[in-house]
Amino acid sequence: MTSKILLSRMEAHPADSNTLGRYVATGGYESLRKALGKMTPDDVLAEVKASNIRGRGGASFPTGVKWGFLPPETRPRYLVVNGDESEPGTFKDRMLLERDPHQLVEGIAISSFALDVQHAFVYIRGEYPKPARRLQRAIDEAYEAGYLGKDILGSGFDLDVTVHLGAGAYICGEETALLSSLEGRRGEPRIKPPFPAVEGLYAKPTIVNNVETISNVPWIVANGGAKYAAIGPETSSGTRVMSLSGHLKEPGDYEIVAGMTWRDLIFDVGGGILDDRELKAWVPGGASAPWFVPSEHLDTPVTIDDIAKQGSMIGSGAVIVMNDSTNVVGAAHRLVRFFSHESCGQCTPCREGTSWLERILSRILDGFGRPEDIGLLLDVSDNISPGLAWPPAMTTICPLGPSATAPVVSIMRYFRDEVEAMIPGLAEASVSAPETESAEVAVD
Amino acid sequence: MISSWSHENQQRAQHLLEVFPEKRSAAMPLLYIAAHEHGYVTDEAMREVAELTGLSAAQIQSVASFYTMYKRDRVGDYLVSVCTSISCYLNGADAVLEAIEDATGILDGETTPDGEISVEHVECSGACGGAPAVSVNWELIEGLQPDKARELIKWLRDAKPAVVLGDEMQMLFGGRKSFDWGPREAEGAVVALPAFAPYGTAGTEAGERA
Repeated sequence: MTSKILLSRMEAHPADSNTLGRYVATGGYESLRKALGKMTPDDVLAEVKASNIRGRGGASFPTGVKWGFLPPETRPRYLVVNGDESEPGTFKDRMLLERDPHQLVEGIAISSFALDVQHAFVYIRGEYPKPARRLQRAIDEAYEAGYLGKDILGSGFDLDVTVHLGAGAYICGEETALLSSLEGRRGEPRIKPPFPAVEGLYAKPTIVNNVETISNVPWIVANGGAKYAAIGPETSSGTRVMSLSGHLKEPGDYEIVAGMTWRDLIFDVGGGILDDRELKAWVPGGASAPWFVPSEHLDTPVTIDDIAKQGSMIGSGAVIVMNDSTNVVGAAHRLVRFFSHESCGQCTPCREGTSWLERILSRILDGFGRPEDIGLLLDVSDNISPGLAWPPAMTTICPLGPSATAPVVSIMRYFRDEVEAMIPGLAEASVSAPETESAEVAVD
Repeated sequence: MISSWSHENQQRAQHLLEVFPEKRSAAMPLLYIAAHEHGYVTDEAMREVAELTGLSAAQIQSVASFYTMYKRDRVGDYLVSVCTSISCYLNGADAVLEAIEDATGILDGETTPDGEISVEHVECSGACGGAPAVSVNWELIEGLQPDKARELIKWLRDAKPAVVLGDEMQMLFGGRKSFDWGPREAEGAVVALPAFAPYGTAGTEAGERA
């Protein structure tokens, strides 16, 4: 089932889908006109709530519920759009920013009207200058045409939008770290509560939403929240843009409706496995997500809740496919190295633990693994996230540390024999290494 | 304003200090401008940003040291950043990095003695569908195979582009993309910093500052 919301313009008009002319010629800014002319802010909020849309940045939190957390009296309020997209495997916001930036600008304008926001920010990762340029041009065009700025479309509603570039820190995708960064600080996450909706940017009520989430708002206002909610399963409503990568014949961004099986997604949408090899494993929702394997998950549905029930997450919608040529220790090492590099350093279990995990995996890869490393990997992981359950128990301010345990637990659960085969002393003896109690929990 | 800065950068700084509700939010953009003025984030650059934002030099240093894109050592004219995160790794990124190290004669993290090229590996570039990916001055090339990576280095040395344009490099050296890039992008990077007109780091195809 194909239902295109976000990608329809760029697919129909690849040459100029990013321009104001094309946007307006294809019905653009009519939703803003409708919202400002015929709706109250509460009407817009009601439609977003009715759509059941859940955040596309990673946490899958219902957007309408988040918007409802704003304290009624305090002003000013801010809207911050999260375009820090840095979760390995994810490249959908980059496409939405480059190819249809006005869709986002209109979504920002409508959302700001609904939230009584007069200044919105878009935080884009520093490695994305082209998406930032495309968005800035769209914003400039929108000001020129009266869709942003003072007295928008004669409604009396004022809105400024500012683009802000990051400078190479994954952690700034975490909403409180993003706000710290936007305040000119180190991108360190803050303890919640208070949540940003209550105390966010400059300690004022702030809504932080992902680029893709806000890009859906014009369609929701044009067609009604109920119509959006009717697309796909009840708790995974609407479409979502999945980034498919790794060992696939046809990697790319695909707008899908939830509910198809992983087999359909990987073999039909993604074109099947590169070099016609066997599928070995895949990461279902970005680097932070525990892996899936064909023997258990291939014919299960791709929905937020089905994935969660099976101990992983849809996260940012990034699917990373590995074929049978993959050295799983190598793949896990790459993922863990990422988290180790990106740890902000505030919390000891994450700062120290991710580095330990990286070094242990590194020595196993180099052929210097020790028999006790099996237990040590799980023990260190258990110190970062006790019990190694999913969703993870937290010893840290944010989920980065626990995310680093996902690939470790995954290879121990599904490919322990391959890990042991790389460790001198275990390879020959094929005996199990001593385990901690937590290790047994993890691999059950 | 910082009198040693170009008139244009003084104006850009003034605008950035006014556009945010609190001046401190201009710290990161101003670090890009200061890095452009000084070639990289020098102690002097950090002191200047502190002066402009009203923060202490120590606070600015704490910010500058947190983010990998604020380089606190001299960087080559062309910063070649090789993505080696998971999807690029699965598609041969390590061989691309090796080819680039071999073609430049330097290792990951180094700059050529003539100051032309710096090489680094980076964490995920958001080009996973077009793996393996490399950027030059943060302009992306997708589907860059090792042999083409060698050609890229030769081209940078020979052609010495004044403005680094993603579409040009993609056409010459790239392969599979994450998605259709749409229309040709006329702006690119004039220095080894993200090319963004409000920061004065972008140039146009015609060779002019954007």
